[in-house]
Amino acid sequence: MIDIPLAHILVLGAILFCLGILVVITKRHAIVVLMGIELIFNAANINLIAFNRYQPELMGGQVFALFVIVIAAAETAVALALVLKVYQYFQTVNLDQVYQHYEDK
Amino acid sequence: MDTGLILFYVFGILAVSAAAFIVFTRNLLYAAFGLLITLLSVAAIFVLLFADFVAITQLMVYVGGVLVLILFGVMLTNRVADRAIQSQSVNPVSGTLLASVLLLGLIYCILATETNLHLPAAEATWSNVPAKSSITAIGIRLITNFALPFEITSLILLIALMGAAYISTPEKHD
Repeated sequence: MIDIPLAHILVLGAILFCLGILVVITKRHAIVVLMGIELIFNAANINLIAFNRYQPELMGGQVFALFVIVIAAAETAVALALVLKVYQYFQTVNLDQVYQHYEDK
Repeated sequence: MDTGLILFYVFGILAVSAAAFIVFTRNLLYAAFGLLITLLSVAAIFVLLFADFVAITQLMVYVGGVLVLILFGVMLTNRVADRAIQSQSVNPVSGTLLASVLLLGLIYCILATETNLHLPAAEATWSNVPAKSSITAIGIRLITNFALPFEITSLILLIALMGAAYISTPEKHD
């Protein structure tokens, strides 16, 4: 019988969330920042699935996690389209350099 | 200590170490593969938490879709002449400080409320779950209780994909 303590799942979600925040803060490549955002989405999903155990009949947590996955996929598609456009325009996807180019123009 | 708990720790440590690898590596492709390992481990953790349909969706959408999109983005936004695809790191000190303070605060809050987190009634039904799959329950809930969010999500997906296709279309010079 699997009985994982709820606090351990929440701590795992917190660690993944903070690693995602760290990636978003310290990396300057736009696509790596996107990867950090995906990590944050996954941490939120782990918490939603964990809290689903409070209402196993309603399945609210799992359905919410499905919605989060769909929204994350849509967000990634739009963000990568934007990144491609920025690369065509500025010839770089380094966020600091993009900002510099933007200020120069 | 039962097998499920050991598997949870194994996949949890795998997910966390792969996510830390994304933080420390400078090569973009290695970061993408670290993200792959993290997503697979999180899918395995979903299975351990009796969310089999969400785990399959995670595999199909994240590993099959989002990761391939990210790899396409890596390939399309770097010149072929670049030998290794690098990403530089900035403000490591303040970033690490902020993330660790956030982590300590979150873990403190979780452990401080740990005694309130165990609902005996939920534990009782929790041990009855593994006999059946969650797909039937999710399908019924999606078209009854959560019908409106379901439709709104499909609309958002349609609009987002139309927007992505419009943005990435090259402009016509006339």
